Amino acid sequence: MTVSELAAVQGFEAVTLPDGERKIGGVYIGDLLSWVMGRAKADDAWITIMSNINVAAVAALADVACVILAEGVELDGTVKETAESKGINVLTAHMPAYETAMALASRL
Amino acid sequence: MVNYMAEPLVFHFEVDGDNFTSAGQASVQVKKNLRELGIDPETIRRVSIAMYEGEINMVIHAHGGVAEVIVSDESVEIILKDTGPGIPNIEQAMQEGFSTAPDNVRSLGFGAGMGLPNMKRYTDYMHIDSVVGVGTTITMKVNY
Repeated sequence: MTVSELAAVQGFEAVTLPDGERKIGGVYIGDLLSWVMGRAKADDAWITIMSNINVAAVAALADVACVILAEGVELDGTVKETAESKGINVLTAHMPAYETAMALASRL
Repeated sequence: MVNYMAEPLVFHFEVDGDNFTSAGQASVQVKKNLRELGIDPETIRRVSIAMYEGEINMVIHAHGGVAEVIVSDESVEIILKDTGPGIPNIEQAMQEGFSTAPDNVRSLGFGAGMGLPNMKRYTDYMHIDSVVGVGTTITMKVNY
Protein backbone atom coordinates (compact mmCIF):
# COMPACT_ATOMS: atom_id res chain seq x y z
CA MET A 1 0.00 0.00 0.00
CA THR A 2 1.10 3.61 -0.44
CA VAL A 3 1.74 6.05 2.38
CA SER A 4 -1.27 8.15 1.29
CA GLU A 5 -3.51 5.08 1.51
CA LEU A 6 -2.22 4.40 5.02
CA ALA A 7 -2.83 8.01 6.04
CA ALA A 8 -6.49 7.51 5.14
CA VAL A 9 -6.86 4.49 7.46
CA GLN A 10 -8.69 5.16 10.73
CA GLY A 11 -6.26 5.86 13.57
CA PHE A 12 -3.60 7.27 11.25
CA GLU A 13 -3.14 10.91 10.37
CA ALA A 14 -0.79 12.62 7.89
CA VAL A 15 1.64 15.15 9.39
CA THR A 16 3.72 15.66 6.25
CA LEU A 17 3.03 13.90 2.97
CA PRO A 18 5.47 15.21 0.34
CA ASP A 19 5.82 11.78 -1.32
CA GLY A 20 2.48 10.10 -0.61
CA GLU A 21 2.63 7.72 -3.57
CA ARG A 22 5.62 5.93 -2.08
CA LYS A 23 4.94 2.23 -1.49
CA ILE A 24 5.46 0.67 1.95
CA GLY A 25 7.59 -2.47 1.70
CA GLY A 26 7.83 -3.53 5.36
CA VAL A 27 7.85 -2.31 8.94
CA TYR A 28 10.57 -1.50 11.43
CA ILE A 29 9.97 -0.47 15.05
CA GLY A 30 12.64 1.30 17.10
CA ASP A 31 13.66 4.44 18.95
CA LEU A 32 17.44 4.14 19.03
CA LEU A 33 18.50 5.93 15.88
CA SER A 34 21.62 3.91 15.14
CA TRP A 35 19.69 0.68 15.56
CA VAL A 36 17.19 1.98 13.05
CA MET A 37 19.95 2.91 10.61
CA GLY A 38 21.55 -0.47 11.08
CA ARG A 39 18.42 -2.58 10.77
CA ALA A 40 15.62 -0.77 8.93
CA LYS A 41 15.36 -1.48 5.22
CA ALA A 42 14.68 0.96 2.42
CA ASP A 43 10.90 1.37 1.90
CA ASP A 44 10.05 0.29 5.46
CA ALA A 45 7.47 2.19 7.50
CA TRP A 46 9.42 3.19 10.62
CA ILE A 47 7.36 3.23 13.82
CA THR A 48 8.87 5.30 16.65
CA ILE A 49 8.04 7.61 19.52
CA MET A 50 11.10 9.80 18.89
CA SER A 51 10.25 13.13 17.30
CA ASN A 52 13.42 15.24 17.44
CA ILE A 53 15.11 16.79 14.42
CA ASN A 54 17.51 13.85 13.96
CA VAL A 55 14.56 11.60 13.12
CA ALA A 56 14.17 13.49 9.83
CA ALA A 57 17.85 12.96 8.96
CA VAL A 58 17.75 9.26 9.85
CA ALA A 59 14.56 8.74 7.83
CA ALA A 60 16.15 10.45 4.82
CA LEU A 61 19.41 8.52 5.03
CA ALA A 62 17.85 5.13 5.78
CA ASP A 63 15.45 5.81 2.89
CA VAL A 64 12.33 4.63 4.71
CA ALA A 65 8.92 5.09 3.07
CA CYS A 66 7.55 6.98 6.06
CA VAL A 67 7.93 7.67 9.76
CA ILE A 68 4.95 6.73 11.92
CA LEU A 69 4.85 8.46 15.29
CA ALA A 70 3.06 6.05 17.63
CA GLU A 71 1.05 7.02 20.72
CA GLY A 72 -0.13 10.22 19.02
CA VAL A 73 3.32 11.84 19.40
CA GLU A 74 3.48 15.21 17.65
CA LEU A 75 6.25 16.90 15.67
CA ASP A 76 7.19 20.45 16.54
CA GLY A 77 7.08 23.09 13.81
CA THR A 78 10.77 23.13 12.87
CA VAL A 79 11.00 19.35 12.58
CA LYS A 80 7.86 19.33 10.47
CA GLU A 81 9.34 21.89 8.08
CA THR A 82 12.60 19.93 7.85
CA ALA A 83 10.75 16.68 7.14
CA GLU A 84 8.68 18.37 4.47
CA SER A 85 11.73 19.90 2.79
CA LYS A 86 13.61 16.59 2.83
CA GLY A 87 10.67 14.78 1.26
CA ILE A 88 9.98 12.69 4.37
CA ASN A 89 6.46 11.37 4.89
CA VAL A 90 5.43 11.54 8.55
CA LEU A 91 2.21 10.09 9.97
CA THR A 92 0.86 10.03 13.50
CA ALA A 93 -0.87 6.92 14.83
CA HIS A 94 -3.17 7.33 17.79
CA MET A 95 -2.24 3.97 19.29
CA PRO A 96 0.83 2.22 20.73
CA ALA A 97 3.58 0.81 18.49
CA TYR A 98 2.26 -2.76 18.73
CA GLU A 99 -1.26 -1.88 17.61
CA THR A 100 0.19 0.39 14.91
CA ALA A 101 2.24 -2.51 13.55
CA MET A 102 -0.79 -4.83 13.75
CA ALA A 103 -2.87 -2.35 11.76
CA LEU A 104 -0.13 -2.22 9.13
CA ALA A 105 0.46 -5.97 9.05
CA SER A 106 -3.10 -6.69 8.00
CA ARG A 107 -2.71 -4.36 5.03
CA LEU A 108 0.76 -5.11 3.64
CA MET B 1 27.82 3.86 -12.49
CA VAL B 2 25.99 5.74 -15.15
CA ASN B 3 28.49 8.50 -15.73
CA TYR B 4 32.02 7.85 -16.76
CA MET B 5 34.44 9.86 -14.68
CA ALA B 6 37.82 10.83 -16.11
CA GLU B 7 39.11 11.59 -12.64
CA PRO B 8 37.61 11.15 -9.17
CA LEU B 9 35.23 13.82 -7.87
CA VAL B 10 36.09 15.15 -4.43
CA PHE B 11 33.61 16.75 -2.04
CA HIS B 12 34.82 18.50 1.08
CA PHE B 13 32.76 19.32 4.19
CA GLU B 14 33.32 20.98 7.54
CA VAL B 15 31.36 19.25 10.31
CA ASP B 16 30.13 21.76 12.88
CA GLY B 17 30.85 20.35 16.33
CA ASP B 18 28.69 22.73 18.30
CA ASN B 19 25.46 22.13 16.54
CA PHE B 20 23.98 18.75 17.26
CA THR B 21 20.69 19.48 15.55
CA SER B 22 22.30 20.24 12.20
CA ALA B 23 24.45 17.10 12.30
CA GLY B 24 23.85 15.15 9.15
CA GLN B 25 23.93 18.07 6.74
CA ALA B 26 27.08 16.79 5.04
CA SER B 27 25.64 13.28 4.69
CA VAL B 28 22.38 14.58 3.26
CA GLN B 29 24.34 16.73 0.80
CA VAL B 30 26.44 13.71 -0.23
CA LYS B 31 23.27 11.72 -0.75
CA LYS B 32 22.00 14.44 -3.10
CA ASN B 33 25.29 14.66 -4.99
CA LEU B 34 25.50 10.89 -5.47
CA ARG B 35 21.91 10.75 -6.67
CA GLU B 36 22.68 13.41 -9.27
CA LEU B 37 25.64 11.32 -10.44
CA GLY B 38 23.28 8.41 -11.09
CA ILE B 39 24.73 6.08 -8.48
CA ASP B 40 22.43 3.20 -7.47
CA PRO B 41 20.14 3.78 -4.44
CA GLU B 42 21.56 0.98 -2.26
CA THR B 43 25.12 2.29 -2.64
CA ILE B 44 23.87 5.79 -1.80
CA ARG B 45 22.09 4.43 1.27
CA ARG B 46 25.21 2.62 2.50
CA VAL B 47 27.47 5.63 1.93
CA SER B 48 25.14 8.15 3.52
CA ILE B 49 24.38 6.05 6.63
CA ALA B 50 28.08 5.28 7.21
CA MET B 51 28.93 8.94 6.81
CA TYR B 52 26.10 10.11 9.06
CA GLU B 53 27.24 7.80 11.85
CA GLY B 54 30.74 9.23 11.47
CA GLU B 55 29.43 12.78 11.49
CA ILE B 56 27.42 12.12 14.65
CA ASN B 57 30.51 10.64 16.32
CA MET B 58 32.53 13.73 15.43
CA VAL B 59 29.84 15.97 16.92
CA ILE B 60 29.43 13.88 20.09
CA HIS B 61 33.09 13.22 20.83
CA ALA B 62 35.37 15.54 18.90
CA HIS B 63 33.78 19.01 18.51
CA GLY B 64 33.43 18.41 14.79
CA GLY B 65 35.99 17.83 12.09
CA VAL B 66 36.35 17.57 8.34
CA ALA B 67 34.90 15.07 5.89
CA GLU B 68 36.07 14.27 2.40
CA VAL B 69 34.15 12.13 -0.06
CA ILE B 70 35.92 10.83 -3.16
CA VAL B 71 33.77 9.42 -5.92
CA SER B 72 35.66 7.35 -8.46
CA ASP B 73 34.68 4.81 -11.11
CA GLU B 74 34.95 1.87 -8.70
CA SER B 75 33.95 3.20 -5.30
CA VAL B 76 32.95 6.00 -2.98
CA GLU B 77 35.59 6.71 -0.36
CA ILE B 78 34.80 8.64 2.83
CA ILE B 79 37.56 10.13 4.97
CA LEU B 80 36.55 11.62 8.33
CA LYS B 81 39.19 13.49 10.26
CA ASP B 82 38.97 15.07 13.70
CA THR B 83 41.27 16.42 16.37
CA GLY B 84 39.21 15.01 19.25
CA PRO B 85 40.31 12.88 22.22
CA GLY B 86 41.07 9.76 20.16
CA ILE B 87 39.89 6.19 20.78
CA PRO B 88 41.93 4.39 23.49
CA ASN B 89 40.69 0.89 22.63
CA ILE B 90 39.48 0.48 19.05
CA GLU B 91 38.54 -3.18 19.44
CA GLN B 92 36.25 -2.31 22.35
CA ALA B 93 34.79 0.68 20.50
CA MET B 94 33.89 -1.58 17.58
CA GLN B 95 31.71 -3.82 19.76
CA GLU B 96 27.96 -3.34 19.36
CA GLY B 97 26.56 -1.71 22.48
CA PHE B 98 29.80 -0.20 23.76
CA SER B 99 29.32 3.54 24.16
CA THR B 100 30.92 6.48 25.93
CA ALA B 101 28.25 8.96 24.83
CA PRO B 102 26.84 11.29 27.51
CA ASP B 103 23.22 11.11 28.71
CA ASN B 104 22.03 14.19 26.80
CA VAL B 105 23.04 12.46 23.57
CA ARG B 106 21.30 9.24 24.59
CA SER B 107 18.07 11.08 25.22
CA LEU B 108 18.09 12.09 21.55
CA GLY B 109 18.18 8.44 20.51
CA PHE B 110 21.92 8.20 19.86
CA GLY B 111 24.70 6.69 21.94
CA ALA B 112 23.52 3.09 21.62
CA GLY B 113 27.00 1.90 20.74
CA MET B 114 26.04 1.16 17.16
CA GLY B 115 27.85 3.95 15.31
CA LEU B 116 31.17 2.32 14.48
CA PRO B 117 29.61 -1.16 13.98
CA ASN B 118 27.13 0.37 11.52
CA MET B 119 29.95 2.09 9.65
CA LYS B 120 31.65 -1.28 9.27
CA ARG B 121 28.42 -3.03 8.37
CA TYR B 122 27.65 -0.68 5.51
CA THR B 123 31.10 -0.36 3.98
CA ASP B 124 33.43 -2.75 2.16
CA TYR B 125 36.53 -1.33 3.79
CA MET B 126 37.03 0.57 7.04
CA HIS B 127 40.19 1.64 8.78
CA ILE B 128 40.50 3.60 12.03
CA ASP B 129 43.65 5.53 12.73
CA SER B 130 43.47 7.06 16.19
CA VAL B 131 45.95 8.57 18.61
CA VAL B 132 44.77 9.48 22.11
CA GLY B 133 45.00 13.22 22.64
CA VAL B 134 45.67 13.88 18.95
CA GLY B 135 42.63 12.76 16.98
CA THR B 136 41.00 10.14 14.80
CA THR B 137 40.91 9.54 11.07
CA ILE B 138 38.47 7.01 9.66
CA THR B 139 38.68 5.86 6.06
CA MET B 140 35.79 3.92 4.56
CA LYS B 141 35.09 2.62 1.09
CA VAL B 142 31.91 1.44 -0.55
CA ASN B 143 32.41 -0.41 -3.83
CA TYR B 144 29.73 -0.36 -6.55
